[in-house]
Amino acid sequence: MALLTWLKRHLVVLAGLLTLGYLLLPNVIVTVFSFNQPKGRFNYEWQHFSADAWKDPCGVADLCGSLALSLQIAFWATLGATVLGTMIAFALVRYRFRARGAISSLLFLPMAMPEVVMAASLLTLFLNMGARLGFWTVLIAHIMFCLSFVVTAVKARVMSMDPRLEQAAQDLYAGPFQTFLRVTLPIAAPGIAAGALLAFALSFDDFIITNFNAGSAVTFPMFVWGSAQRGTPVQINVIGTAMFVVAVLLVLASMALGRRRTRRKA
Amino acid sequence: MNTTHTAPAVRQTGGDVRLSGISKTYGSFTAVHPLDLTVPRGSFFALLGASGCGKTTTLRMIAGLEEPTTGTVSLGDQDVTRLPPYKRPVNTVFQSYALFPHLDIFENVAFGLRRRGIKGVKKQVEEMLDLVQLGEQARKKPHQLSGGQQQRVAVARALINHPRVLLLDEPLGALDLKLRRQMQLELKRIQTEVGITFVHVTHDQEEAMTMADTVAVMNGGRVEQLGAPADLYENPRTTFVANFLGTSNFIEAEVGSHRGDDLLLDACGDRLVLPRARCGAPAAVGTKVLAGVRPEKISLAHADDAGAVPGDRNRLTGTIAEASFTGVATQYVLDSPACPRFSVYVQNVDRDTRLVPGAEVVAHWSPAHTFGLDAAQDAGAGAEETA
Repeated sequence: MALLTWLKRHLVVLAGLLTLGYLLLPNVIVTVFSFNQPKGRFNYEWQHFSADAWKDPCGVADLCGSLALSLQIAFWATLGATVLGTMIAFALVRYRFRARGAISSLLFLPMAMPEVVMAASLLTLFLNMGARLGFWTVLIAHIMFCLSFVVTAVKARVMSMDPRLEQAAQDLYAGPFQTFLRVTLPIAAPGIAAGALLAFALSFDDFIITNFNAGSAVTFPMFVWGSAQRGTPVQINVIGTAMFVVAVLLVLASMALGRRRTRRKA
Repeated sequence: MNTTHTAPAVRQTGGDVRLSGISKTYGSFTAVHPLDLTVPRGSFFALLGASGCGKTTTLRMIAGLEEPTTGTVSLGDQDVTRLPPYKRPVNTVFQSYALFPHLDIFENVAFGLRRRGIKGVKKQVEEMLDLVQLGEQARKKPHQLSGGQQQRVAVARALINHPRVLLLDEPLGALDLKLRRQMQLELKRIQTEVGITFVHVTHDQEEAMTMADTVAVMNGGRVEQLGAPADLYENPRTTFVANFLGTSNFIEAEVGSHRGDDLLLDACGDRLVLPRARCGAPAAVGTKVLAGVRPEKISLAHADDAGAVPGDRNRLTGTIAEASFTGVATQYVLDSPACPRFSVYVQNVDRDTRLVPGAEVVAHWSPAHTFGLDAAQDAGAGAEETA
């Protein structure tokens, strides 16, 4: 009886913790196995603790090269998709032009298309155009599929923006450029940042489209896939854990910054 | 139609805002018909009307946020019709304030000064925040303030630029009644203190009459009448103005004869006297006019006391259809052959207990409180739109 009452009272918390565990367990495994010293070539069974891989993360041939390439592509893809996507979002929300509705719907197509099909078709396109597969073809493909996500994120923000704010800025002596810089951009910034983060994450771990269109270039996801055929080095887990920690630290830092700002201003 | 409206004070001081033949059309819809309007320098000017009457469009054309289809906007001697909003010496207090959510109160108020490249804004901003009693809140964000405080920030943000004209677009619409009354007095105080011309758009007739020196009543994209609040109230020239500002009774009547400076009207057997000067319609014998009178100008006498009513009063006989006690006064609705729903407000000084529904009464009032309007218009215009 007492147990039942206790359960009733804490059901929501319990469900929440279980869900959280479900979400985080894979991350925990990645982290734990980054400290493993596997017996053979595969890092699938726990042997004993070792920090060797952490001391030498680039110890595996080509790993850090592929990581650098992935970060580079993700950076430029994010920049390209965010700039283009933000402009498209503003155009779609602010202006009335022919085929505006159609363009709005067409932008969802890349999201709806099965990725494998998209990847194969892109390869066909690049080959027919005589393009040399590599960094540039991957970058073009990434900007293309990130674009829809950025547009969606920014559009939601711009749509909820009161047009009177910009009129107020103009009324207070801000010309078109100043209005955009001082009012429009800062207010749209959270939407733009969300779109950029999404684009970075999507580009960084994309495998299918990249694999089809990379030619001889090898990105980090491709390296992991390739090495998984022959054996998984512990360094993969090290890189994975490091990325996870950086992301968590970034989130914590932005939260702390926000809290400090509100406290200072209050 | 191109009517000219000029407030009397203009002739001495020159206008601060001059609209000449200004109009705005959207496709086939005309929001503002060609309009001439002069706002005297240093005055508190109200544009009053129901929603969709063109008052906000007119204000936005002064601000430069809307380009007029025809006509010109001048500030003082300068034609600003082609100037963008950020080059006009005019600032606006927007409906729902439009404070910048990402900037704190200090930066919101400093925005206009900074955009004009003014250095060392700290002292000015602090003085302005003190004027609106928000010195303590400088580092808060807009969403941390109450509605009344946000409203004051919006006023401070505009006033700090010392605009030639301050435009207010329904600035008190979002506040509750008590706060609104308080802010009306506050705005009036600030206006007197800084001496800047205020152009205030509102749909609240009481607000317009409390605050403004001059009120322009707008209807369907046109100015129906312009004048001092008391003048508009006592001498409405259209049924719209008569109904939109307060309440009016209208009696359909016919000009029977002239007697000196008065017109004698026939209204279903009752004879009414209307001073000729207070008749805004053609007054030839035989023409139809609407005789108007405000409910609070009327006294009621029981039919038994009809003999005691002085002979020089206008009188109307009828029966009481409804009586509602409101504390300070009692509102009666009479059923009379000349006017089926005739409203009378009687102050509760000495209550006559015989005045109950069904009682035969005589309503009487001074001929000087009667006004005559053209019978060709709808007697109910503007009545249901009163906020």
